[in-house]
Amino acid sequence: MNGLEADAPGAILLIPLAAALVFALLPGYRLTARLNVLASLLTLAAAASLFWARPTPGPYLLVDDFNIYLIVLNTFVGFTTSAFSASYIDHEVEIGRLTPAYLRFYHAMFQGMMFAMNLALLSNNIGLMWVGVEAATLSTVLMVGIYRTPEALEAAWKYFILGSVGIALAMFGTILIYFAAQSVMGEGLQAMAWTSLVDRASEFDAPLLNLAFVFLLIGYGTKVGLAPLHAWLPDAHAEGPTPISAVLSGLLLNVALYAVLRFKMLLAANAGALAPGPLMITMGLSSLLFAAIMLYRRRDIKRLFAYSSIEHMGIITFAFGMGGPLANFAALLHMTMHSLSKSAIFYSVGHIAQIKGTQRLDEMGGLSVTHPVLALGFTIGVLAIAGMPPFGIFMSEFLVVSSTFSRQPWLALPLVIGLLIALGALVLRLQGIVFGEPKGGIAPAKASYLPLFGHLALVAAAGIYLPGPLVAWFQHVAKLLG
Amino acid sequence: MPVMHGLAFDVAHLFAGGMLLVSFVLLYQRRMFAVLNSFALHAIVLALAVAWQAFVQDAPHLYITAAIALLFKGIIIPLALHRIVVKLEIHREVETVIGVGSTMLGGIGLVALSILVVLPITASSAAFAREDLALALSIVLLGLLMMITRRNAITQVVGFMSIENGLILAATGVKGMPLVVEISVAFSILIAFVVFGVFFFRIRERFDTLDIHYLGTFRGGQG
Repeated sequence: MNGLEADAPGAILLIPLAAALVFALLPGYRLTARLNVLASLLTLAAAASLFWARPTPGPYLLVDDFNIYLIVLNTFVGFTTSAFSASYIDHEVEIGRLTPAYLRFYHAMFQGMMFAMNLALLSNNIGLMWVGVEAATLSTVLMVGIYRTPEALEAAWKYFILGSVGIALAMFGTILIYFAAQSVMGEGLQAMAWTSLVDRASEFDAPLLNLAFVFLLIGYGTKVGLAPLHAWLPDAHAEGPTPISAVLSGLLLNVALYAVLRFKMLLAANAGALAPGPLMITMGLSSLLFAAIMLYRRRDIKRLFAYSSIEHMGIITFAFGMGGPLANFAALLHMTMHSLSKSAIFYSVGHIAQIKGTQRLDEMGGLSVTHPVLALGFTIGVLAIAGMPPFGIFMSEFLVVSSTFSRQPWLALPLVIGLLIALGALVLRLQGIVFGEPKGGIAPAKASYLPLFGHLALVAAAGIYLPGPLVAWFQHVAKLLG
Repeated sequence: MPVMHGLAFDVAHLFAGGMLLVSFVLLYQRRMFAVLNSFALHAIVLALAVAWQAFVQDAPHLYITAAIALLFKGIIIPLALHRIVVKLEIHREVETVIGVGSTMLGGIGLVALSILVVLPITASSAAFAREDLALALSIVLLGLLMMITRRNAITQVVGFMSIENGLILAATGVKGMPLVVEISVAFSILIAFVVFGVFFFRIRERFDTLDIHYLGTFRGGQG
């Protein structure tokens, strides 16, 4: 390995970490906001370089077929969110919701959160991954509470308590996995490394592995936002700054799900262990149905899309639970598409809420008259997330449904019902916001539309044409997942 | 642990069992200061348990963990919480959601549950590690129970820290687990930082109370 190759994973971790420290010291938020974009771009470049030169797995860090695309997705959405955030926070300072001192803290935490998520994705060690997820939780807790309103504090406290309990259970699961591995592989780091755990998983004690997985599924499942452990998610999305909602939905949920999937691979490698499928199918379906019904009762625009995130994580978990090459393929595609479209929606929601001066759905309307461009972006985003053709989510949902029909027709029924209920709710709300009499503020939006339409273009392109190498690569990973 | 197997085993059990006992003590405390003192005791017993593991497993790095548990969780955090309680004048009775009797019964049920879950599954493993895991799981579950039955922000944090203590007990009881002990200690420091630096003072600023029951009344308009 020459210098450059070896340094790419290091750079993905060190750039955000160094940026977080620098931002904590730099006064003046305008400069910091630009540097934030620059740091995120550099991280993205480092992540993209992994495609050309992939380092060999070390004892702590690992880049393999599975996590490479999540790392690139993570840094990409991180970069676009930092661009969105730069135009978003200007307005927040103007109306006095945030002071420059808080923005210093905000930018430092933004990079700190990116560091923690990249660490969780890159780690080759189950303990290090746990640390990454926990650090990401703590930094987002601080961000959720940053507005200091009673609601924001309640949301942050709820998130902190539920997130910590989830994290504690996941830690116990992690200890149990090490306990199972240690009796086969001996003490030391290799009994915590993914690369060696997967090879020897067939020799582990199956009941111990089962118990560990239950803890890990509940623990990390809390972070994924699976019902009935989702209570923190809508509050945290609604009360924090919108860039954080975008990152929470688009990235953090994926990172937690990635952790669950890694452990699922261990179980799949052990013949005696329980099949994780039915557990994940149940949790996924109940999240989907629950969130789809709850969508109708939302009065807050950010809560609405937070429930939509629960719904989509439910679909993804369901598809991974079904397993097999086709369902896994669909789930991987859905994960990517959901990240891109949901963060795009939150970019537009952020601007809408700023213009209207409220997050309440009944106080906004007629967006197509007052802000046609924003309305267009928002409409495309909502149609994409609702699963309309020709967008990527339509394709992935279609694949999930058709693979379920061919294998477990009865499970397809609740799945399709859930999808339709959610579709109805989203279209209903979309009409209220975009059409009708103009309500709320009509000040022109000082927004950067590039992140929004960039994401939407990618989602639309993926729905129409997926490049061959990408398909081949998704298929390969789907096979790895079993 | 070849020669001293019997003694090593018994002393480790004594400490782990002691932690479990203090977890029960934490469950029924009604006064704020009593909760803090019991938590300090919890952390001190943890420090002893970890130090004993360091001695028995011949793993000197565990002494660091023990020292941090003793100094940080056993002394500094309880003292700091003490000051906060005095400063904010909240040293009154702690509100509980369920009565003491039923909480204790629930706690006993949880201990029975964790023993029934862990022991049969780990039948092939080393006796100490499996019983240690069962006790640690009980401590974790009792910590959860404490967080559920208390409405007060400080007691919830104490409940969470007792969960962390249980996890550290589990991690040190499993022989030779790398990294995680040091890391989880570093994280309890970070958690303490978050809790002290941000939540308490913000909540104080807004509500003049640390009873999160009041937070629930501000849920208007969330829909």
